[in-house]
Amino acid sequence: MSDIVIATRGLSRCFGDFVAVDNLSMNIPANTVHGFLGPNGSGKTTAIRMMCGLLDPSEGEVEVLGMQVPAQAAIVRRSVGYMTQRFSMYEDMTVEQNLHFLCRIHGLNASERRNRVTEVMAEYRLGDLSSRAAGPLSGGQKRRLALAGAVLTRPKLLILDEPTSEVDPNTRREMWESFFRIAATGTSILVSTHLMDEAERCHALTIMNQGRKVADGTVADLKTSLNATVVIVSGPDVASITPQFNAAEEVLAAAQSGNELRVILHNDVAQPEQFAQGVAGEQYRAALTDATIEDVFVVVTSEGERD
Amino acid sequence: MLASLKRMLAVFMKEIIQLKNDRLTFAMVVVIPLIQLLLFGYTINTDVRDVPIALVDEAGTSFSRQFIHDLEATQVIRVAAQLAVPDEAAQAVTDGDYSAGLIIPADIERRFYAEAGEPLAQLVVDGSDTVMASALKALAGFPFSPGEVVANQARQGTLAVTLLYNPEQRAALFTVPGLLGVILTMTMTMFTAIAIVRERERGNMELLIATPVKPLELMVGKLVPYMVIGMVQVAIILLLGHWLFDVTVVGSYLLLAFSCLVFVFANLGLGLLISTRAPNQLGAMQMFIFFFLPSILLSGFMFPFVAMPQVAQWLAEVLPMTHFLRVVRGIVLRDAPLTAVSGDLLFLGGFFLLTLGLSLLGFRQKLD
Repeated sequence: MSDIVIATRGLSRCFGDFVAVDNLSMNIPANTVHGFLGPNGSGKTTAIRMMCGLLDPSEGEVEVLGMQVPAQAAIVRRSVGYMTQRFSMYEDMTVEQNLHFLCRIHGLNASERRNRVTEVMAEYRLGDLSSRAAGPLSGGQKRRLALAGAVLTRPKLLILDEPTSEVDPNTRREMWESFFRIAATGTSILVSTHLMDEAERCHALTIMNQGRKVADGTVADLKTSLNATVVIVSGPDVASITPQFNAAEEVLAAAQSGNELRVILHNDVAQPEQFAQGVAGEQYRAALTDATIEDVFVVVTSEGERD
Repeated sequence: MLASLKRMLAVFMKEIIQLKNDRLTFAMVVVIPLIQLLLFGYTINTDVRDVPIALVDEAGTSFSRQFIHDLEATQVIRVAAQLAVPDEAAQAVTDGDYSAGLIIPADIERRFYAEAGEPLAQLVVDGSDTVMASALKALAGFPFSPGEVVANQARQGTLAVTLLYNPEQRAALFTVPGLLGVILTMTMTMFTAIAIVRERERGNMELLIATPVKPLELMVGKLVPYMVIGMVQVAIILLLGHWLFDVTVVGSYLLLAFSCLVFVFANLGLGLLISTRAPNQLGAMQMFIFFFLPSILLSGFMFPFVAMPQVAQWLAEVLPMTHFLRVVRGIVLRDAPLTAVSGDLLFLGGFFLLTLGLSLLGFRQKLD
């Protein structure tokens, strides 16, 4: 098997006049946790659905695990675990019944089924909920159940569409730990998110905006190759100086965070600290800082908008 | 092949679990046949009896009293009120208090012996209910000879009518087999009409089509539980029909069961077709009603098929229920053999295959 688990080339999908995904080309290497970052409505879910064979592309190609989708989708489905953005298990069935149903659909025999269901219920702390109906479960419990369902058959590739939405921080951390555990067993993961802290944790990212890929690469590469510098301005009343920064042409973005103002400047500003100091004034202090994925995201998505 | 069977079984068991959890649907499976059979079995009655009428007896003689008595002996009418003048009777009918007014003139006895053949009395009938009106109209030919008992009368008329089946003309014998068709059409089509569109609406379809399950496996797995339910309903209706309405099957039980099974499949196929085409559950219900009403009105359940206009008959021929009613009435009432009903059964079988085929074509393993 090649070491690329998902490859798309010129992938596009239109709904009427609306272009949901526009000429997307990306490669996702095996054995990584690959993040699919983008604001709501940036085409992540549509792209994922095309990778799963649930939607046909308007143009372009998708190859998953070395097989053409949608042509070979039926075979691909056996090796791909898919967690939908909207909870899609049967709400009127219990946790255990849902998991058994998925096992049966995948053709596991009775003893495999019992073992595997017991195993994933223990792993995702569903044991106490086993005989509860799925419908009334909390957001976090539903997500854990959906994840358990997606990994039941030990798929080679796991596609997770915003798996941590409506989830409390503890469950979120717990889920991300399990993603890395799963990845360590040789399963590749594509996980979509719009949360920056989650994006930071991925091995690599593809950033989407308005249906287009605006950046991709490893998290470190994305930060170092950023065409901007980040300056933190601190002082008595940063809110009052924010308009000055936003008005300046050299400034890509300025956002307040507590008593600090995080300013992203064009790379062509020769002396960023001095420039920021100049805009802010005497009583403020400006200092260079490392770029975060959020900075990358802000820069690449604003570039996309200027096209 | 084995894997395919396993997946069908998986869908089948899932449907059973969901049915078990869904108390309302589960109750409907048993309660709908019960209620409909009780309600319609007792109320759908084409034998008109004991129609309450208002009487104006202007004669008030023993002759007029015997006339009234003999009329009541037909059991069609029952004198519910005595009024003084004809106008009052007409008004009572207009007001809807009574279905008819019987006006007996003072000279009824003279009219009887007059050679001119004058009518003896007048029956003012509320014609707004045609079934009742035609029964009352038939009273015009009521033979009356004073001094005799009606039952001793020799049959008068030009045609001797012999009834081959259902000689007592009991409506239940006609209604109960018909109800079998109505109840199966209603429950089977309705349950499957929402079966697939519900999964779409609740978002389960996205999970389901991302699994290796194939459309045919999904559909067969979904149909089989309802097939079992349909046959349970058939048993309930036939047993109750026998106990409560004394409807006995004169023909072959095996043939009847087989025919019901074919009909159940025809309805399940139609339900699936609706379910793959409907935009949502509400739309599915609307499409179901659109189909269900003509099934009741045109199939011969309510009105005689042969008496309908040609166009209505053509329409009715497309409905599975029309064919099923022919089959089931034939078997239950006339002991019709397989050869006599095979044409209609073939239609039902073909209808199932066609609807299943169209459902498969309409069901794409896609979200759009």
